[in-house]
Amino acid sequence: MGGQRIVVVGASLAGFRAAEELRTAGHDGPITVVGDEPHAPYERPPLSKQVLAGTQPPAATAIHPATGSIDDLALDFRLGASATGLDLAARTVLLGGGDRLPYDGLVIATGASARRLPGTDHLAGVHTLRTLDDCLALRAELEGAPRRVAVVGAGFIGAEVAATCRGMGLDVSLIEALPVPLERGLGPQMGAVMADLHRDHGVDVRLGVGVVRIDGEERAERVRLTDGTVLDVDVVVVGIGVTPNTDWLEGSGLTLDNGVVCDETCLAAPGVVAAGDVARWPNATFDEVMRVEHWDNAIAMGAHAARTLLAGPEGAEAFAPVPWFWSDQYDRKVQLAGRAGADDDVEVVSGSVEERRFVAFYGRSGRVVGVLGMNQPAKVARWRSLVEQRTAWDDALAIAGAAA
Amino acid sequence: MRVVVDYDLCESNALCMAAAPEVFEVRDDDFLYVLQEEPPEELRAKVEEAARRCPKQAITIEG
Repeated sequence: MGGQRIVVVGASLAGFRAAEELRTAGHDGPITVVGDEPHAPYERPPLSKQVLAGTQPPAATAIHPATGSIDDLALDFRLGASATGLDLAARTVLLGGGDRLPYDGLVIATGASARRLPGTDHLAGVHTLRTLDDCLALRAELEGAPRRVAVVGAGFIGAEVAATCRGMGLDVSLIEALPVPLERGLGPQMGAVMADLHRDHGVDVRLGVGVVRIDGEERAERVRLTDGTVLDVDVVVVGIGVTPNTDWLEGSGLTLDNGVVCDETCLAAPGVVAAGDVARWPNATFDEVMRVEHWDNAIAMGAHAARTLLAGPEGAEAFAPVPWFWSDQYDRKVQLAGRAGADDDVEVVSGSVEERRFVAFYGRSGRVVGVLGMNQPAKVARWRSLVEQRTAWDDALAIAGAAA
Repeated sequence: MRVVVDYDLCESNALCMAAAPEVFEVRDDDFLYVLQEEPPEELRAKVEEAARRCPKQAITIEG
């Protein structure tokens, strides 16, 4: 695709790493990167932790190439510009304001948007956390010395925000409709461990309850729960998941199903690849069609999608990684390599749950599919290969047992 | 090429070890050890991948 025009829609991690990989792989034609936020590419993980706590300045989140500077990549950034449509036949991206961007190759990396609580848009003091601007708005509220923060939704964003707010000395209620925090990410057994972690740090953990509504005149004042409880609040943070940003692709001819549906090489249509939170693809390592919202996947998939684009359909390789994420809460580092479903077998293979320093395996269909660690990074790194190699469950337990 | 790790940032996430095991090793003490501070040029792609995959951006490549 030398000399040809490539358009990357999405200027966050997946889009940036795709553009970087295009250059690393030798593409010397024009690359246009379209981003709906006004900011140059930045890292999101610190937004629920260091930047929110005020221990790291926003500028420290800037994404850099592995070597050199972002300017060396000679990318034509269109920031503050939204893609509004895609004409596959004409190979053209439509931008708000009427601009049209013709392409020879297209990378779709539009990510996802935080879901909002219905009926709260008119209330000040109700926040979601996805973008740098979201983070700075919430940070400004927390600097105003509120006393009571309600976090609605105990997924990773909610759990990290709860931990950060506790670290700032604020009273925190963590409200989750499911029976444990992080159930979707870690399953019920390990979710219960996370609930205890938050309780030990003084969080008012409320599980199995939903939010009926948030009351207030202009600001959020009270949160009404489905069990009849009414919590007085100063700030509400809503972390109830994300929706992939595919609205602009409706009617384009691409297959949309909770994300842009790709083949195993990240190809969504001839000359069109997708990567990151917005992309759904069949991962052969797990015999599963997945959409992964992890930081690490955005990097790996962005680069892989770029290589697929350059290789063409004949030379493209399958993208079959072991997904990996981490979450820092209080002084604990949680890492998961692989998958962790609610119905999986779970076995602690090293350390102690009580001491909050352990490794647990997740098993499914007779093989190990996930390695979860709390403050055990070396072991997670070592045993990640068991998931990569699709090791049988009994063999994985034996290997871990021999090492213990 | 010279590999520099900012140990104030490093949290031993060990993704660098997955990308470039010839250069990075997180040992059982959960600390990162750089095995070659000046790795040969043929490892550049792996070392660059390690830098990209570091969640703390603790790895810098000079030269």
